[in-house]
Amino acid sequence: MRLSVPSKIPGLPVLAIVLLLVPIVLNDEFYLDIATQVALIAATVVGLNLLVGYAGQVSLGHAAFFALGAYGSAILTGTYGWTPVPALLCAALLVATLAWLVGRPILRLKGHYLSMATLGLGIIIAIIINNEGWLTGGPDGIPVAPFSVMGFELSIFDEYQVLGMTVSGALAWYALAGVLLLLAVWIAQNLIDSPIGRALRAVRGSEVAARVVGVDTSHYKLLIFVISAVYASLMGSFFAHYTGFITPQLATFEHSIELITIVVLGGMGSTYGVIIGAVLLLLLPQLLTDFHEYEMMMFGLILMLTMIFMPRGLLPTLSGLLQRSWPRRVRSSGQED
Amino acid sequence: MHAVPSQNDPVEPDEEKGRRAGADLAVLSLSKAFGGVHAVEDLTFHIRAGAIHAVIGPNGAGKTTLFNLITGLYQPDRGEVLLDGQPIQGMAPERLARRGMSRTFQNLQVCMNMSAVENVMLGRHLHLKRNFLAALLRWPSLRRSEQACREKARELLRFVGCEAYLEAEASAMPYGALKRLEIARALATEPGILLLDEPAAGLNSAETAALERLVVRIADQGVTVVLVEHDMKLVMAISHQVLVLDYGRKLAEGTPEEVRHNPDVIAAYLGG
Repeated sequence: MRLSVPSKIPGLPVLAIVLLLVPIVLNDEFYLDIATQVALIAATVVGLNLLVGYAGQVSLGHAAFFALGAYGSAILTGTYGWTPVPALLCAALLVATLAWLVGRPILRLKGHYLSMATLGLGIIIAIIINNEGWLTGGPDGIPVAPFSVMGFELSIFDEYQVLGMTVSGALAWYALAGVLLLLAVWIAQNLIDSPIGRALRAVRGSEVAARVVGVDTSHYKLLIFVISAVYASLMGSFFAHYTGFITPQLATFEHSIELITIVVLGGMGSTYGVIIGAVLLLLLPQLLTDFHEYEMMMFGLILMLTMIFMPRGLLPTLSGLLQRSWPRRVRSSGQED
Repeated sequence: MHAVPSQNDPVEPDEEKGRRAGADLAVLSLSKAFGGVHAVEDLTFHIRAGAIHAVIGPNGAGKTTLFNLITGLYQPDRGEVLLDGQPIQGMAPERLARRGMSRTFQNLQVCMNMSAVENVMLGRHLHLKRNFLAALLRWPSLRRSEQACREKARELLRFVGCEAYLEAEASAMPYGALKRLEIARALATEPGILLLDEPAAGLNSAETAALERLVVRIADQGVTVVLVEHDMKLVMAISHQVLVLDYGRKLAEGTPEEVRHNPDVIAAYLGG
């Protein structure tokens, strides 16, 4: 019984049940729209968390990878007439290559140079998206075709017949986003549980210990950086198809900070924690619409307060508190010293 | 040279018996300075395969620096290190691990964010299939190899005397047990040569006696053991060869008996 690491196998069914309950409790287009966006962003931060929480590296340009996925899909399907699936895979491959090229020299160095490099990369990508209007539509944005697989189109404006029931497009999209989130969590947990994940956790625990037993730490940091960028790119592609219209706003530094804030708030290294972080942080602007201009300040404040009062993040702190309230049961599961 | 199974040892892991023979190590004119301080200066010695070789000397004699040079954590200024005749100086630690070199640390390097078993499983890293797709999709073959790896790690924990901590988190273990955990992790790599940096520091006399038996058992399996140690009783009891350093230079070298009666050594230790 280890509460500090919410056990991996039951976590997934619990998440699935919560995802199933949402449309039952809140069957309304408005809420489903928010839930779909939250699920896609949550899947993105599950990937980012692999980098931050397990490799101990910070990316300040993840919004740019998200935007590249979105624009890649928009341009390949819109301008070049590709179907969505090859388009999003191609965009992800491009992002993976870019992340690899940037990460390879940087991650050989000790320290937090990756943050600097990704900060610069993010700004450059935002500028390119803004300025290359012939390709990206410039500051005005660009429309995106609905998502489709083998001729079957998924649009929020349509209705679908499933097993004799009428399902709104919004609900169908929510279902897709939910499945994507479950897949994102399943793959992330598989990776963490594997020898690769162990090597990554060791980088955080003691990098020198990892190296003397043969772990090529820079290789694994690079691998996880590329994976987290691919997560962002794929979710960016789905996000673009879902919203049907994207602007350079997606690639901004503010958006990158928002993603990092979610990870820190939810709990670095806690997959389910960062999902809770995503829910909280993305609902916040909905609750405080009057304070929209202060959103950036709010993120800064949340980041600061989390770091000061619960540096491990929300879920690990809470489960730590639970553990302390049942000290006897937990201790008896350990060894007698 | 083939591995010799240790006698009367019920917890000895079976696969350990088939491990590779110990590696021999030669250090030639090795030098390293930090600023103006010559931590290791023009040092030459040879460590025979399968031997227990102790490196002793007063504090600041350059013992840990020597270990860090041999294991690739520091780059030497000059000189050569040969492992089984192959030059390895300046090679990164992760590459040296592939060549059968492993070590422990004077100030513990244990992953406190993992359990005891996981720390030892980390030591199996090079012996595991690390197929990326299998990891992402949790293929059955990967699950089986992880299960086998876990079993192996538990055996090693028993072997080093950590049987009480098979289910423990590393952060919940006492100091003495963590020292043995590091040895288990190093053994998990199946090393040809094992460098132990002050393994008895901070241990009580019972723990030191257990450590003494453990080191002898490790050497019995054919692993070359090099240890830096201040506990002279331990050093004199188990070492085949002793190297004495002072101010980064070789002061004396020989069997424990020879070193004990060397006037230079007596002067360095007693005359200060």
